[in-house]
Amino acid sequence: MTATLDAGTRRVTTAKAISEAIAQEMRSDPEVFVMGEDVGPYGGIFGSTGGLFEEFGSTRIIDTPISETGFIGAGIGAAVEGMRPVVELMFVDFFGVCFDQIYNHMAKIHYESGGNVKVPMVIMTAVGGGYSDAAQHSQCLWATFAHMPGMKVVAPSNPYDAKGLMISAIRDDSPVIFMFHKGVMGLPWMAKNPRSIGPVPEEEYTVPIGKAAIAHEGSDVTVVSVSISVQHCLDVAEELEGTTSVEVIDLRSIVPLDREAILTSVAKTGRLVIVDEDYKSFGLSGEIVATIADKDPSLLKKPVERVCYPDVPIPYARVLEYEALPTRDKIKAAIAKVTA
Amino acid sequence: MVDNDTRVDFFRQMARIRAYEAALQANYHADKTPQWDIGAGLIPGEMHLAAGQEPVAVGLCANLVQEDAITAPHRPHHLALAKGVDMKKMTAEIYGRDTGLCHGKGGHMHLFAPEQHFSCSGIIGQGMPVAVGQAMAFSRRGTDNVAVAVAGEGAANQGAFHEALNLASMWKLPVVFIIEDNGWAISVARDTATPIKDGSLRGSAYGMPSQRVEGNDVEAIYEACKTAVERARAGGGPTLLEIHTVRLWGHFEGDAQAYRGEELNEATESDPLPAYEKRLVSAGILTQEQADQIKTEVAAEVDEAIEFAKSSPEPKPADAYIHVFA
Repeated sequence: MTATLDAGTRRVTTAKAISEAIAQEMRSDPEVFVMGEDVGPYGGIFGSTGGLFEEFGSTRIIDTPISETGFIGAGIGAAVEGMRPVVELMFVDFFGVCFDQIYNHMAKIHYESGGNVKVPMVIMTAVGGGYSDAAQHSQCLWATFAHMPGMKVVAPSNPYDAKGLMISAIRDDSPVIFMFHKGVMGLPWMAKNPRSIGPVPEEEYTVPIGKAAIAHEGSDVTVVSVSISVQHCLDVAEELEGTTSVEVIDLRSIVPLDREAILTSVAKTGRLVIVDEDYKSFGLSGEIVATIADKDPSLLKKPVERVCYPDVPIPYARVLEYEALPTRDKIKAAIAKVTA
Repeated sequence: MVDNDTRVDFFRQMARIRAYEAALQANYHADKTPQWDIGAGLIPGEMHLAAGQEPVAVGLCANLVQEDAITAPHRPHHLALAKGVDMKKMTAEIYGRDTGLCHGKGGHMHLFAPEQHFSCSGIIGQGMPVAVGQAMAFSRRGTDNVAVAVAGEGAANQGAFHEALNLASMWKLPVVFIIEDNGWAISVARDTATPIKDGSLRGSAYGMPSQRVEGNDVEAIYEACKTAVERARAGGGPTLLEIHTVRLWGHFEGDAQAYRGEELNEATESDPLPAYEKRLVSAGILTQEQADQIKTEVAAEVDEAIEFAKSSPEPKPADAYIHVFA
């Protein structure tokens, strides 16, 4: 089902869009419940569960101890028995304390069982930097999860996609990692792009997992991005209107990766810039380049430009962090280089 | 028994930590107006302040020497200052300056001061195994140094806590495990996350002596830590101490704490610093003038540290790319 967006559609934050998606699924499906740290009365540190505790109470919105291996493992157990847990890992950086449950269990059980056991759970987690939270609280890490087979990985850039992807994730019979960048949540206490608040239909709708969106049509250069970096790319694309025609592809999902959308656009433009806040090497940007190289390297008229997080831990001081982060200026420079 | 000079020193150190946290709080918020933005201002990012928990740091560190190690959690300032970490360099780090402990790379949750064998981590409970390793090094080298792992009561529900206790006990290492029980894991109350009221009971599961220390009283904490540190120094192995304390302010600055309700008023009233000051003054150990003088002196030191930080240069942008490998 595709929802329609008209001028009268109300505008909400991405945080509100996510919590609304969960609430609507919880109303229609008693098997859905939420657990994690501070998801109860606090409403999630980044607002992803705002208002849920008030509506559903402590039996379905469960504050956990700081025991990620325990409660993510418990999510797996509930899921294999047919429930549909939404489990919050407060910061993706904390996956280090619980990854065995995630990659050796959640992601592999369906395959190991020869398809006999399903693990329909969602892990939602906050990613990203830009506000000086330093090395242990600012990473994106979607490629780390994407590298391990068996998990779908999504990362919306705006409220509309966030709601539709969350509903898809909850209904999916496979485990889904739902990664929300703190900067797209529309939080009142963090600087944000206006794109973090946008039109969201009140009714339930889905955004398909594995399908990219053309966020801005263009013909001179393809810019492929995901999550908050899409917002920067759209700012640049709009700024360059009239001089350079920029096509922005919002991947929305990292697994499955919509390779066709990338190839179709690059076939049209012949030029590719990849913008990714995750680490540069061995990750998403390399996978996108490999997608072109595998299919037809002659699609490219110029070498690819990658605007990614360099291969260094994320520093604290603002001057250091912004030296490393993908920014509009770096995106513009990359576009200028491939279109020169 | 604690003598009166020590008591005055305890008061001075606690007042120094409080002055530091209060000054950071004021400066942290000062340039985040009118729109409060966590990433804005001279001190950006998360800020976890330890007001109320000074007795733990001071009572503990009075038993330690420079060569003893501490691994601290995300709320580290009180422990760093009590352990002797340079206030100016630490403040410069929190301001993201090149003169900081880590040249601006670490920030307030990732302070490293190797001379004081002090470190902290933003990941809950994960400093505990590291302290076990530091104790291994001390023990294998034949020193009598001690490693102390400090974490909150929420961290005691992490696997790392249990694995570290087991290893330290099995290998009889000179570790002191300190659980600062301030009652709150961000918004999650202790009694909704931990099924036992006395967390020190967990020590017996790992065959180590343990004790819960009530009252957030610096002298009682000092005595309990003294026993534990002396045991470790003498080769008697690890100890688990759960120390009841209080988080006077939010989990992080900007936390509205709506979840605390009436408990917040009780916490505010149990502030250990004015209580200890009153106790020393009424016992005639300190005059009010002397107490005020101490508070003036520590405030001046803090002002100087903040001035040093503010007037220090920022790191060069290109420095983002160095220090990945040794």
